[in-house]
Amino acid sequence: MDERTAADASAAGDGDDVAAERSTAVRDSLAVGLATAIYGVSFGALAVAAGLDIWQTCFLSLVMFTGGSQFALVGVLASGGVAAGWSAIATAAMLGIRNVVYGMRMKPIVDDVDPATGRGSIWRRVAAAWVTIDESTAVALAQSNDRAARMGFWVTGITIFVGWNLTTLAGALIGDAIGDTRAWGLDAAAAAAFLGLLWPRLKRFQAGAVAVAAAVVATLTTPVLMPGLPVLVAAVVAVVVGWFNLFDRRRAS
Amino acid sequence: MTTWHIILIASAATLALKLVGHLVPAGFLERERPARIADLLTVALLAALIAVQTLGAGQEIVVDARVPAVIVAAALYALRVPFIVVVAVAALVAAGIRALA
Repeated sequence: MDERTAADASAAGDGDDVAAERSTAVRDSLAVGLATAIYGVSFGALAVAAGLDIWQTCFLSLVMFTGGSQFALVGVLASGGVAAGWSAIATAAMLGIRNVVYGMRMKPIVDDVDPATGRGSIWRRVAAAWVTIDESTAVALAQSNDRAARMGFWVTGITIFVGWNLTTLAGALIGDAIGDTRAWGLDAAAAAAFLGLLWPRLKRFQAGAVAVAAAVVATLTTPVLMPGLPVLVAAVVAVVVGWFNLFDRRRAS
Repeated sequence: MTTWHIILIASAATLALKLVGHLVPAGFLERERPARIADLLTVALLAALIAVQTLGAGQEIVVDARVPAVIVAAALYALRVPFIVVVAVAALVAAGIRALA
């Protein structure tokens, strides 16, 4: 992506640089945005399979609007029901912590300070926070300057927001129509969805080690803990490894 | 607690976290250790969810059609097949095995 941005910029004349970078940002945003929005179908179907109604499913995509937390919430509810409510809430909230980090990185890029008051609009900030997710942050960070980054952030965020909510509704209607979700393999689809969210995060050895250890802990504690709790206990692995920076191959080499 | 309570509390929590990033001055989470833990937390939770979703059935560990489905999904992700296709294929594998069994 970086190479292409550079090539586009050098191919264009000086005056066209800004336009070229902006169009690259828009192209990246739409490609990522549309690809991501499509899998709202799987969320909608899985949420209904977990026992949510169509309104509840759509509410999550409108307000929570962060895929990992949404999948996690319905995943824990699917295994433990309403009794696992607090575990479901805690898992969804902990998966949302990364959005705090994204928000801090995006704030200087998206804040449009009003020259008269010296302050940014509160509504713009709330809207920016609402669409701060993995994809909008990633597209913004991949751009070569702040103007293109701002464009990338907003176009990606808004494309996914609109698309994700439409596909969630479609998925919920499909899930509602098909009935027996196990016969359709939707439980396996949920596991595959989590794997898809995890996959791009496994580039570093430390992340891989944490993933394996967390999966083992969750599996071993499943027979002895209430449904929902094994996932929370496995989160301790991340805190321990992260605190002491264990398994850090970069430091060792 | 009803399903709606769970949804409202969880949505309020995740939305509040997003707002914290944009409204509160940066600091704590920009330091290396908290940022690293936040990163690894996502990895650990997703990995644990995969394990429970693949092997769990209430409080039991069950090896069934989900396991081959997830193995196929991992192979497809390694081949860079798009998310939505992999999820659909995983469902098909599990559904197919159950239909034949």
